[in-house]
Amino acid sequence: MKFLLYISDYIMPFVLFYVVGFGLLMKVNIYDDFVKGAEDGLKVVVGIIPTLVGLMVAIGILRASGALDWLSNLIMPVTDMLHFPSQLVPLVTIKMFSSSAATSLVLDIFKEYGPDSYIGRLTSIMMSCTETIFYTMSVYFLTAGVKKTRYTLAGALVATFAGVIASVIIVGFM
Amino acid sequence: MLNYLWGFMIVIGIVVGVLTGRISEVSTATINSSKEAISLCITMLGFMSLWTGIMNVARSAGIIGALTKALKPILRLLFPDIPKDHVVNEYIASNMIANILGLGWAATPMGLKAMKELKTLNKNSDLASVDMCTFLIINISSLQLIPVNIIAYRSQYGSVNPTEILGPAIIATCFSTLVGVLFSIIARRSCKK
Repeated sequence: MKFLLYISDYIMPFVLFYVVGFGLLMKVNIYDDFVKGAEDGLKVVVGIIPTLVGLMVAIGILRASGALDWLSNLIMPVTDMLHFPSQLVPLVTIKMFSSSAATSLVLDIFKEYGPDSYIGRLTSIMMSCTETIFYTMSVYFLTAGVKKTRYTLAGALVATFAGVIASVIIVGFM
Repeated sequence: MLNYLWGFMIVIGIVVGVLTGRISEVSTATINSSKEAISLCITMLGFMSLWTGIMNVARSAGIIGALTKALKPILRLLFPDIPKDHVVNEYIASNMIANILGLGWAATPMGLKAMKELKTLNKNSDLASVDMCTFLIINISSLQLIPVNIIAYRSQYGSVNPTEILGPAIIATCFSTLVGVLFSIIARRSCKK
């Protein structure tokens, strides 16, 4: 697994090197393009501030009141049997419905356990391979005006759980 | 959806806080959490704008276009019934590439266009076509090269090495997408019988 961590260190610099190097070769205005693109990123982040304030306050209240601990103690017998940390069950569940609500739970987990702990790493990997099933399905099918979604939900759930299982196995090697 | 989720989180949290006698902690948490949301966004501003800037360079240098083209043969395998030169191939490919590169907000408009075209191909039926199912299952299985947000959050909360999860994350995301692809192929076959 040393190898994997080694690869991890290379990915970001490699992407930067490749894109900037290729841009130079193609003689495009890389700097102007970069600045223009970066401006779009700023707008995206500023746009999510109100959502993030609202949801982080809600999660903060749940954490401080003890409701989150209470919930994870409640499901602990089941999750212990599956060798899955009970603190992450609310996260996996909420992620299926809302990505911003999941984000505030992720931050809560990082604050409580640290991003480099077992739970923190598992959270990071799990969030990288799952998507908001119900939200995505409703937006896409509503836009297309499709009512009967057939096996989409089943397939999405199977893929999501495969991702969760893979994350648990991989983080065990880190 | 968020109406209930958000509302219940606050109402339940406060009720539990009163019952457990931790209402002063709850009160402090409301103020601290709102402050934290802002400081997080400031951290994210840096990495997020770096990433979108670099991806804009990738777009104008033609890298994203080349990737979209490279995806075409794979689309033939996943969507054998879509006519080869139909515009929907373009939309699906751009949606997938944007998702892989962590540009979610750029992916959605393309994805919605793809769905509308798939609906026309499906003779405007309100029953989802096999292609729609495949497209959404792969979309939801979330193939992502670099989880931009997660890296920003990790560095905000003091990770020693925020990018150390990149390799493991790529394996996990490839695995979940592979399972989604296999599921779609098997489901497509059993639909035809």
